[in-house]
Amino acid sequence: MRLDDLVQSNGEWLRGVGPEADVVISSRVRLARNLADFPFISRTTPQDRAQIEKMLRERIIDIGGEKELLYLDLSQLEKIDRQFLVERHLISREHAESQGARSVAIDGEERFSLMINEEDHLRIQVMHSGLNLQAAWEQINALDDAIEEKVTYAYHERWGYLTACPTNVGTGMRVSVMLHLPALVITRQIEKVFRSLQKINLAVRGLYGEGSQAMGDFYQISNQVTLGRTEEEIVRQVSDIVPVIVDYERQAREFLVKESHQSLHDRVSRAFGILRTAQTISSEETMHLLSSVRMGVNLGLIRDLSISAVNDLFIRTQPAHLQKLAGSELDTTERDIERARYIRRYLNKEDERGDQAGHN
Amino acid sequence: MKCQKCNKAATFHITELTGSTPQEYHLCEDHARQYLTASSQEAGTIGGLAALAQQIAVGQTAEELARLDQQACPVCGITFHEFRSQGRLGCPHDYVCFQPQLEPLIANVHGETKHVGKLPKHSALKSEKRTRLIRLRREMKEAIEEERYERASQLRDEIQRIEQEES
Repeated sequence: MRLDDLVQSNGEWLRGVGPEADVVISSRVRLARNLADFPFISRTTPQDRAQIEKMLRERIIDIGGEKELLYLDLSQLEKIDRQFLVERHLISREHAESQGARSVAIDGEERFSLMINEEDHLRIQVMHSGLNLQAAWEQINALDDAIEEKVTYAYHERWGYLTACPTNVGTGMRVSVMLHLPALVITRQIEKVFRSLQKINLAVRGLYGEGSQAMGDFYQISNQVTLGRTEEEIVRQVSDIVPVIVDYERQAREFLVKESHQSLHDRVSRAFGILRTAQTISSEETMHLLSSVRMGVNLGLIRDLSISAVNDLFIRTQPAHLQKLAGSELDTTERDIERARYIRRYLNKEDERGDQAGHN
Repeated sequence: MKCQKCNKAATFHITELTGSTPQEYHLCEDHARQYLTASSQEAGTIGGLAALAQQIAVGQTAEELARLDQQACPVCGITFHEFRSQGRLGCPHDYVCFQPQLEPLIANVHGETKHVGKLPKHSALKSEKRTRLIRLRREMKEAIEEERYERASQLRDEIQRIEQEES
């Protein structure tokens, strides 16, 4: 398997299936682990890093077993390919931009990725589509056990798994759920939801994690506390709260349908119209319009377009994806033209498919 | 979780990306507003954890503080001051040698100070040996830098001996 194979395929978490998939895009769990006999990353020598990379690579290739893993040495990868992996949520921005020996292993379905020499020696992450944290936790727990058979993790009886940053110590676990909340944004209730989440120590972040803006009305909700609770308790806390937010979002959508059907329908149709005809379009505007279209599909205002197709467009119109698909490097102006062209072609093809299905 | 600037509950969790590393701030509504309206130049100068560590330091005398700050980990060599400015620890042993300083900080972040989750399947009993390995590797690197090659090769042999005992 090669990196370029990913360009044409779709991550499991983008399939638009699974529980509550109209609002919940994906469920993700990540574990931070460090090897006991090396310093944390900031104090490592280049030799240390190379050795850590080698030890973990051997172990990881081993657990891959029958299944073929895509193993990428990030220090040898072009910037655009690293950016591509960030857009796909397979590595973090920090991992893409740092220096020295570092790598990532990805399974073919993009359900999990293992980052080596990120902020910690090892970061394991598992992603599923829809609201499915329990399954993600079970899978990551098994992966963690398999790796641990051959390596010794830094662990302290009282503090648990030791991490470079004390905000991750204990379980080293961050669970996060990505939500699409356009109706809560339109009805201006989103701030209220955030405040109540923050009161119970849950963090809210944008599409690409820490510090990123809430583009396309996507929000990630995750636990802050990693110590003093079991992994199951953390999974349960987030799993319990998400349906409440999903419910708020659906109520807000119902409210919009009932109270301002015309303006909602207008908003959705205009967004769809622009996407199908624009000749040049920025990433930001694309996200904004796709958000309306996605809600329109969920509410039955747009037919003949699937949620997975919309999810697909969200990712494929990102800068690195666009350039990989076009097969060449493009500057901002060229990207905006290529993006508009790609979306037009994609949506009009979907249309034909829809029409054919209708006539047959 | 408490606000980093006062005793009210922190309801805003801000991640600042302007510095070289992302910084998290946990603030009450008033201080969050203050923070967000403050000039962007100010942002990023004090890190989230560093701010926490500074807040915790309130109530200690300047000498005490300076002494704690200069304390270095015998294994990786990081000082507590360096941790405070970077927000990242240097090695697993830091959790042991900086325990008095880290404890209030961890309690502030997590509200708890004891791990109750998963444990590794095979025990980390040999942790002393492991911290020794980290220290020996550092000493070896220093010996090479100072061109004390005889010492370096002694250290290399010792490292290999310990590694072989392991497997």
